[in-house]
Amino acid sequence: MPLENINPVVYQVSDDREITADEENDDVVDLIDSREIFDLIRDINDPEHPLTLEELNVLESANIQVDDKASRVTIQFTPTIPHCSMATLIGLSIQVKLLRSLPTRFKVDVKITPGTHASEQAINKQLGDKERVAAALENRHLLAVVNRCLTPAK
Amino acid sequence: MGTLTELCVLEAHHNRAWHVAWNPQGSLLASCGGDKLVKIWGEEGDTWVCKTVLEGGHQRTVRCLDWSPCGSYLASVSFDGTTAIWDRKGGEFECSATLEGHENEVKGVSWSRGGSLLATCSRDKSVWIWEVDEDQEYECASVLSSHTQDVKCVLWHPHEDVLVSTSYDNTIKMYTDDGDDWSCFTTLASHDSTVWAADLDCTGTRLVSCSDDKTLKIWQQYMPGNEYGVKTEGNNPTWKCVCTLSGFHDRPIYHVKWCHLTGLIVTACGDDCIRVFEEDKSCSDAVNQPSFHLLVTQSPAHSEDVNCVSWSPVRPGLLASCSDDGLVKLWQFTGES
Repeated sequence: MPLENINPVVYQVSDDREITADEENDDVVDLIDSREIFDLIRDINDPEHPLTLEELNVLESANIQVDDKASRVTIQFTPTIPHCSMATLIGLSIQVKLLRSLPTRFKVDVKITPGTHASEQAINKQLGDKERVAAALENRHLLAVVNRCLTPAK
Repeated sequence: MGTLTELCVLEAHHNRAWHVAWNPQGSLLASCGGDKLVKIWGEEGDTWVCKTVLEGGHQRTVRCLDWSPCGSYLASVSFDGTTAIWDRKGGEFECSATLEGHENEVKGVSWSRGGSLLATCSRDKSVWIWEVDEDQEYECASVLSSHTQDVKCVLWHPHEDVLVSTSYDNTIKMYTDDGDDWSCFTTLASHDSTVWAADLDCTGTRLVSCSDDKTLKIWQQYMPGNEYGVKTEGNNPTWKCVCTLSGFHDRPIYHVKWCHLTGLIVTACGDDCIRVFEEDKSCSDAVNQPSFHLLVTQSPAHSEDVNCVSWSPVRPGLLASCSDDGLVKLWQFTGES
């Protein structure tokens, strides 16, 4: 299949999170914040390019909202082009990564950054339908593709 | 106001528990889930225990269950695209038929009041009606393709051969047999997103639906020549949304049940809660403008999304629920009056 976006803009990745003394102290409860969520998903591979979602600016720390006390996580991702046919797969990969990483109490909503995709509403609805997501993840071929996106390149 | 008392917690499924269904006698509860199993639970002393595990019927998630009106058969449907009929011969359940035909995930199943018709619905956007003969042979009587997206739920009218379906296309449809074939006679469009489920009250003249748009809607049936001047077409009734309950639920509402014994409505929500609603008795126009109030919010009822709730058909206030946390719970509702 030909690439839809042959020359994507590659962005500078952010530095590693600085670990504070409090975070290393087991007696201090620290809540899950948006930077932690970002670190979980920034290295997901793009399905088409040998680049991460962070390098393509699909994911940005500022587009992640976390409310640990209410157990809610909302992530907006930005497809590189408004007709990207991979958008649903990218959203699914983000969802699966967090499903596998976060405590089960969390409600995770993965959506397209408003105004950045032609089929924004349809894709958001599909990603928000847990029955469709559950059925998709029982499909071995699709799961293999998702797992490839989630396997670190380096 | 009222309270829900947790009676027992059953570690039912290894992952998501999708559906629970009482047999018509109220003596058995069936559950199903992502572990591809169907489990049958029965009461022993003051607790409920797993009587039997139905294995090998499905290759993927078992999504939904329904008992035949006589209680001798249990139908289960799966993401593997099939419907299994379990025959309860002398207490042992045996898979007596597998119905194939849907292109992909089957999501809902319902037995008609007389037990001679079975409806299934699927991701393939279709609703199938199966005829059951005396020898328990199943034959497809009709394939209905009125919905434009996957069909989430089917249910039969309690007294007539009228079928209801709800869909990802945001609508509810109703079907009858016009003597020649089954066809859709009305489309109920008012929800803003997927309609996950619906249920009819004991009279069959009122419908409650629940949606991804976080609302519940109450629909009223108007017969031809009704005294309220509501227009109808031919011999078919018109269904009108007469009440919307919004602001109560924080996440998608996955299931709703209208108790035929008490008239109470219960919902299963993605915010981990179970809620019970009651109709206001002092309403000035109960037919055209009914109102409902919340009696209780069980928060949280489970540690993850609640997927299904079901009232016991024989014991008022007895309720079963199941969740993404894999548990099945039994509750007793008590109201203050």
